[in-house]
Amino acid sequence: MSHDATLADLQAAFPDQVVEHPQGLDFTVVVLPDRLRELFLHLRDKAKLNYLSNLTVVDRPERFEVVYHLYSTIEPGPVFVVKVYLPDKESAHVPSAVPVWQSAYYQEREAFDMFGVVFDGHPGLTRLLLWEGFPGHPLRKDFVNRTYSFDEMGQTLPPEDQR
Amino acid sequence: MEDSQTVAALQDEHIDTESISINFGPHHPSTHGVFRMVVRLDGETVVDVEPKIGYLHRGIEKLAEERTYLQIIPLVDRLDYVCPMTNEQAFCLAVEKLGAIEVPERAEYIRVIMAELTRIMSHVLAVGFLWNELGATFTPMIYAYRQREYLQDLFELASGARMFHNYMRPGGVVADLPDGWVARARKQLAEFERFLDQFETLMTENEIFLARTIDVGVLPPDLAINCGISGPVLRATGVAYDLRRADPYSIYERFKFEIPTRSHGDTYDRYCQYFAEMRQSLSIIHQALNRLPVGPVFNEKAKRLRLPAGEAYGHIESPKGDLGFYIVSDGKPQPYRFHIRSTCLLNLTALRQMVIGQKLQDLVIIFGSLNVTMADIDR
Repeated sequence: MSHDATLADLQAAFPDQVVEHPQGLDFTVVVLPDRLRELFLHLRDKAKLNYLSNLTVVDRPERFEVVYHLYSTIEPGPVFVVKVYLPDKESAHVPSAVPVWQSAYYQEREAFDMFGVVFDGHPGLTRLLLWEGFPGHPLRKDFVNRTYSFDEMGQTLPPEDQR
Repeated sequence: MEDSQTVAALQDEHIDTESISINFGPHHPSTHGVFRMVVRLDGETVVDVEPKIGYLHRGIEKLAEERTYLQIIPLVDRLDYVCPMTNEQAFCLAVEKLGAIEVPERAEYIRVIMAELTRIMSHVLAVGFLWNELGATFTPMIYAYRQREYLQDLFELASGARMFHNYMRPGGVVADLPDGWVARARKQLAEFERFLDQFETLMTENEIFLARTIDVGVLPPDLAINCGISGPVLRATGVAYDLRRADPYSIYERFKFEIPTRSHGDTYDRYCQYFAEMRQSLSIIHQALNRLPVGPVFNEKAKRLRLPAGEAYGHIESPKGDLGFYIVSDGKPQPYRFHIRSTCLLNLTALRQMVIGQKLQDLVIIFGSLNVTMADIDR
């Protein structure tokens, strides 16, 4: 199925969910987060886009964008990009894709770690690369990039004479 | 669901044993870096495993946001340090896609040669280290390492560095091949082919090897696709998904090569898969060397590199699988967002399903057969 046909199919199956089809280098579809899991199941099983390759977040000034790069191992072709906009940056929530694609497991944990976006329904949403107690989410644009002391990082040094 | 059944089955057939948790790593010879697994054991059988990563996290995505595109190339070298050339190639591909930069013919051929040499280097190490983890300590690994050193001589001649080459640029490669490089490459490749035959004859039919690898760590194809596995690990399960054919980039359409696959997806299949792919890579390099055109190796228009606002996702078939770079630009000299689709991190997703029910010593082999580099997982 070509990507144009997939888009038409999506619009027919989820009439109010596809909000935008921005023109760019990669074929992109912007959808609402409300029925995301059904939409992913549709893409995986009906549109044969069965391979979630990449999942990441972009911090725009006005919103978070969760980006999914999908491929097909059955009918190989160029990338199909699904985006979800999250305008509420203070409490950004999006349904987890792990029930559909297990490949999202580590990538969603990383996105949570780096941006603080919460993936609802993720089986174990904890920090992946940084440690528990790290202040803030470093890939956000409002993260202050400076040197941190050990105490601020939630780490404790042993007393001077025991090092 | 399946896991709990496995656990129940295990408990049925054993006498009462107390399950214990052990920390495997972060400093263990078989983890090739700093990787920790919390392993739950029932006797010697693995009941559960939880990978803990981040010990080698350097924040490359954050660092890249403060650097120009040229300054990022040394950073991507340090992602998967076993195959720096393919990291550079994937990054340059994403930048060229966003900036609509053309690459001269000769540079494309040089890139293909370098990428395939990298694939051979990475695979030969994977095979050597697998033997190391089986208990055949050092000799097979050093044999593999010796061949890798010879191939690194070729990289050193071309780029001046043995490991972190910093050789490719958006728009081509930084320098042409020196005089006599092609002849030397042919000589080394002939020697490498002899080594492959010798190594396979010497090791692959070994009875202990077969007993320890066949049916160990079986990965079904459906699970592999669902978990985002790529590269030789995916193809060993029988899925002929190779980006050089599936989403062609560079000039791979001009070469004749096959996509070898296996059917069972166990450790033995992955081992054989590495050998089959090395032979295909050798064939590609020979074709490229024979057809190497003359001409410039760098597009002069790309010297003043300034990308337009927009975003692009470029990915290649790196030795370990699908390696992607997602670049979001707002027109400034630095990227607005720089994301790495790490092959090794994704290949780790199915580790838990593969090792549950296996013995502890098999965990080491299964992990080794995935051929992951911690620097690529943690970034």
